[in-house]
Amino acid sequence: MLTLKDFHSDDPIAWCPGCGNHAILEALKDAFVELQRKPNEIVIVSGIGQAPKTPHYLRSNTFNGLHGRTLPVATGVKLVNHELTVLAEGGDGDGYAEGGNHFIHAMRRNIDITYLVHNNQVYGLTKGQTSPTSELGYVSKTTPWGSFSPPMTPLLLAISSNCGFVARGFAGDKEHLTFLIKEGILHKGFSFVEILQPCVSFNRVNTFQWYKSRVYKVNDEPEYNPKHRMRAFERAQEWGERIPIGIIYKAERSTLNGQESAIKDMSLVKQKIDQASFEGIFDTFK
Amino acid sequence: MAVDVTIRIAGQAGQGMQAIGFIMGKIFTRHGYYVFTNQDVESRIRGGHNFVQVRIKDQPVHAVSDKVNLLVALDKSVIDQDLSDLADDGVMIFDGPKTGFRSEKANYFSIPLEKLATETGESKIMVNAAATGAAFALMGVDLQPLLDRLEEEFGRKGPEVVEKNQKTASAGYRYVQDNFKGTHPYRIPPASSMEKRMLINGSEAMALGAICSGLKFYSGYPMSPSTPIMEFVASMAEKYGIILEPAEDEIAAINMVIGASFAGVRAMTATSGGGFCLMVEALGLAGMTETPVVVVVAQRAGPSTGLPTRTEQADLRFVIHASHGEFPRAVFAPGSAEQAFYLMGKAFNMADKYQTPVIVLGDQHLNDSYFTVDSLDINEIKIDRGGILFDDGIASIKDYKRYLWRDSGISPRILPGQSEAVVYADSDEHTETGHITESAEVRMQQMRKRMRKMEGMTEEMESPEIYPPGESDLVLLGWGSTYGVMREAVDLMNLEGFRTQMVHFSEVYPFPSKEFLNGSMKRAKFFGVENNYMGQFADMFSYESGISIFHKILKYDGRPFSPSDIVNQVKARI
Repeated sequence: MLTLKDFHSDDPIAWCPGCGNHAILEALKDAFVELQRKPNEIVIVSGIGQAPKTPHYLRSNTFNGLHGRTLPVATGVKLVNHELTVLAEGGDGDGYAEGGNHFIHAMRRNIDITYLVHNNQVYGLTKGQTSPTSELGYVSKTTPWGSFSPPMTPLLLAISSNCGFVARGFAGDKEHLTFLIKEGILHKGFSFVEILQPCVSFNRVNTFQWYKSRVYKVNDEPEYNPKHRMRAFERAQEWGERIPIGIIYKAERSTLNGQESAIKDMSLVKQKIDQASFEGIFDTFK
Repeated sequence: MAVDVTIRIAGQAGQGMQAIGFIMGKIFTRHGYYVFTNQDVESRIRGGHNFVQVRIKDQPVHAVSDKVNLLVALDKSVIDQDLSDLADDGVMIFDGPKTGFRSEKANYFSIPLEKLATETGESKIMVNAAATGAAFALMGVDLQPLLDRLEEEFGRKGPEVVEKNQKTASAGYRYVQDNFKGTHPYRIPPASSMEKRMLINGSEAMALGAICSGLKFYSGYPMSPSTPIMEFVASMAEKYGIILEPAEDEIAAINMVIGASFAGVRAMTATSGGGFCLMVEALGLAGMTETPVVVVVAQRAGPSTGLPTRTEQADLRFVIHASHGEFPRAVFAPGSAEQAFYLMGKAFNMADKYQTPVIVLGDQHLNDSYFTVDSLDINEIKIDRGGILFDDGIASIKDYKRYLWRDSGISPRILPGQSEAVVYADSDEHTETGHITESAEVRMQQMRKRMRKMEGMTEEMESPEIYPPGESDLVLLGWGSTYGVMREAVDLMNLEGFRTQMVHFSEVYPFPSKEFLNGSMKRAKFFGVENNYMGQFADMFSYESGISIFHKILKYDGRPFSPSDIVNQVKARI
């Protein structure tokens, strides 16, 4: 029986006190405990920023790579060893700015990876610049005139890219977030969980209180069916006075398309290389 | 009588020159000759001016010749542009009625190619078959091997396509027999030795080398001239249990490769200079996280888009220095199909052993050219996965330090999920465990650990090939795809009484031991021969060896050297 202790890491945490990341880290550990996934069977691939430090603060296999490149690395890991539980984790700068193209293509491929994006609508580690999800008119040192560009809409993008699991959680509701992460991991195929995360140091607009007074759980509405794509589009556009959290969209799609033959018996990492099998490989050239 | 004949088939893109070149290469290889086939194509799908050149020799051959002996002109523009490359006694096949070109020269054969194609093959597209048949008749080669080869080549397109090609080729063959009876300006009868040799291009040799080294994962984005590597791996993926994932860009490609390698399999990508530009950040990631990766960079003429379908050797310094910061890497530069095959095996072993990136440099000339190869030996590739722990004992390991100090710089490696332990890998400077650190002391330790690998790698680098052995007054110094043409230039120089040697590097970085520099060589006059503007390797050689190279023979027009390009420039400067 795995407990929280099994996921303990000695690495000292470098986040600001009161940061939303602390609750996200706890939710992630709770999800692993509830799912009874062993630390050595989990791989978390993270990028660069404050969010990507998360895997250091728990016990699991970790690949802390480049800014924005989490999803290709996670894809490579999962394709050659599908027995591992693979997650990718980063912030809004990492995933939506630097890694935007990979995000679209990872959804298209539908490899069985869970992608967690800590969205605090600001660049934290570089100390408070405008991000792709900062509000229109957001004032920072890089947009002292107020941002001219409206924020991007990752949930809409995900639904239109046929992502089979699109959810949004809130760092201020750890239990609900744990549930979403668990469901994301259990979903067969690419799952996307955006996490609203207040930045206590730099984002003076989108504070804990700001989110708390707006978020509501869409799945509490008995008539809401996340398999209904057009309804999901409507909810994904909702932002302002009310912000939906929960499982917004869900669909079944086949995964690892066309790759089954190489790994039908076992994962590639377990396959021994037999040089005798190359006998005759030159024949077509003769 | 010695055979050394070059056939050029020239015309517009889409006229099937590559198919003819390949068919001729295949037939003459089976007839016991050595063949070298290179292509000169424009970056377009239809039209323009393109050619494929097949050199047929009774000795191993790795280079283009100076002159064309048989020119097959599929288009009027060929007559305008290519006649200057024809040898004085050279032969041309052209379509008199179609082009309106007339000549009194006995060696210029007017054959109504388009008429034969439309009448017999029911399509203008069959012009290439008619021309091939005519060329075979002029060379005194039997028709049957050509008909057989057409069936092998086009069989997958259905019996109708095969039949049309065969009929049209026969019509071209007969036309020459009927109208130019007994004329064989270049006779190439089957040679006495009929060993089963291979015809293979540089890209195929690289891909085969990778597969025979246990490649399990490939990701890439198509870019000339590297694309055939990806296509060849894809064609073999199912049979040899390889996963190939087409990437959205080169950044994704190399990061996927890094992920697959971190998880534990042999993984690679291939690209050209522009794509490698996008991979540069992740090259450093592989160095920092100590993840083995093999990257083929098939060079083309740059900078930027440059000459997309043409050759250059201008990315040597780029790949040696690519990415910020300092980390160990190795760079190989094969000069022939054989070297390409075996060096891929060495690249994977070095990457695994030293847990760091290895780059294999090709170029358009090496990758697209076909070579006749006597044989390749799978057993010469000894798969060595280096420091990965595979034995049964590791399942019980609980505590593990991915970056544990070792004097060699090489930490024992376990894979995620393989034991009770977890693996932390990080692009930040990290502790032995793999957690982020700012400690000056740990930074120094980990830098030293990584960079110490260079010492072991240097010892494993092979010395350059020196040809011929002995002493010399003149040295041609080069690397990579100029191997064949330098050898030939050296032979020509020695025939004329100049004591000349080639020094060819196929393992370029880290620079191998300098023991090969003998006494006479230190007094010899060096000529750096390279397909670039700056003489990048010559400068590196000077820096490493202390020998100043004042003479550089450089070509950066996107075309390969011919032997006389080199010989004439050397003689002009002695």
